[in-house]
Amino acid sequence: MSDNYYKTEDLAKFAEVGRFASEHMKSFFSYYNNVTGTDGALSKREKALIALAVSHALKCPYCIDAYTTTCLETGSNPEQMTEAIHVAAALQAGITLVHGVQMQNSLKEKGVL
Amino acid sequence: MTDAVPIPKFEKTLSAHQIDLMRSAPQTLQLNITKMCNQACVHCHVDSSPRRKEQMSDDVLAQCLSVLKKTPSITHVDITGGAPELHPKFRYLVEEARALGKTVLVRHNLTVTMDPHPKTKESLSYLPEYFRDHQVEVVSSLPYYQEFFTDKQRGSGVFQKSIESLRQLNAVGYGKPGSGLILNLVYNPAGAFLPAPQADLERDYKKELKAKFDIEFNSLFAITNMPIHRFRFQLKKAGGYDPYMNKLLNAFNPSAAKSVMCRSIISVSYDGFLYDCDFNQMLGMHIENDAHRLSIADFDVNTLLNLKIKTAEHCYGCTAGSGSSCGGNTAN
Repeated sequence: MSDNYYKTEDLAKFAEVGRFASEHMKSFFSYYNNVTGTDGALSKREKALIALAVSHALKCPYCIDAYTTTCLETGSNPEQMTEAIHVAAALQAGITLVHGVQMQNSLKEKGVL
Repeated sequence: MTDAVPIPKFEKTLSAHQIDLMRSAPQTLQLNITKMCNQACVHCHVDSSPRRKEQMSDDVLAQCLSVLKKTPSITHVDITGGAPELHPKFRYLVEEARALGKTVLVRHNLTVTMDPHPKTKESLSYLPEYFRDHQVEVVSSLPYYQEFFTDKQRGSGVFQKSIESLRQLNAVGYGKPGSGLILNLVYNPAGAFLPAPQADLERDYKKELKAKFDIEFNSLFAITNMPIHRFRFQLKKAGGYDPYMNKLLNAFNPSAAKSVMCRSIISVSYDGFLYDCDFNQMLGMHIENDAHRLSIADFDVNTLLNLKIKTAEHCYGCTAGSGSSCGGNTAN
């Protein structure tokens, strides 16, 4: 049993997950590379910033390492990268707070409001 | 940290891609005339600083000029250092090379115009006008269009001084459309990552420098950090050398490898020895003919054409991604 999770060198083993159900992994990598690794209506730079923000929101250390590099190598700077993760953080705060409407509804149902 | 993967010999990788690294007649003579610099940048592959004293002698300088005179294939003289402007015969060299009809490029660090000479304390504020008067092509390192990356690499206060120096170059016509005065900037990453696409960076630099500082320039060259000397030491210290080498290896681009600068450049050290590039020079990888280290006094195009270009692990820096050279990307 490993004594800790999320070792940097483990990211390079990602493809090994395709040892079973290999066709699914092949389809996944093809989809993933087409979506993230090409310039389309969004540039690779813009996609990398979105991926960096999502990596933080979903708290994936592998992705944070990988997309920090990708952001730099597609021309973003730390200021832009930090703004991207603030967008993720703001959305997360907003998502928490907007559920307050549900709380308000519940309070109303109970006759408190 | 990732597991270290053995790096294959560069020659072996070239062979695997059927690339024969043949020399062509030299088009550029790159002269490293001094190791003295007013700066001491953390990525400097020359290990330059204000304390370095090595500089090209009058004899070697005369031999370089003689080679320029007798070698029509050499159309460009690329003067570098250190800060080459600190050499006492810098202006003599520029003027003689121009008189021979050569295009003269100076690797100008921008701040040398603003700082006093480390040894003589003289001002070099005359440089923008001097460059203009002698139609010198100016190539200047500006690691980023923001202060953070630039000062991290080149020292505190360098960005502001560089901006002021660029304004002075613009003021005499450099980088201005129609002036014929060429001002090219050089980007290199602030750490262990590859440069973003050169065209994207150039667009960003042009937009930001114009909007924030009203500065104009001609082209941006994106250069990969070479894993030698100070940068190598930093990588080793942080445990990042092996991952960086693997990154360069994984990004090997045959198209970039076919156009590497060592095919058409000869680099000359302050003491007159010949090398395939400035990086080989700093690593002491001499051009040799039967174990005889060639110097500028031995310069002969036909001899050179028959001598093999020396390669080592650092060469992966020039062949990664879009390729890297003193003139930026090399891949088609």
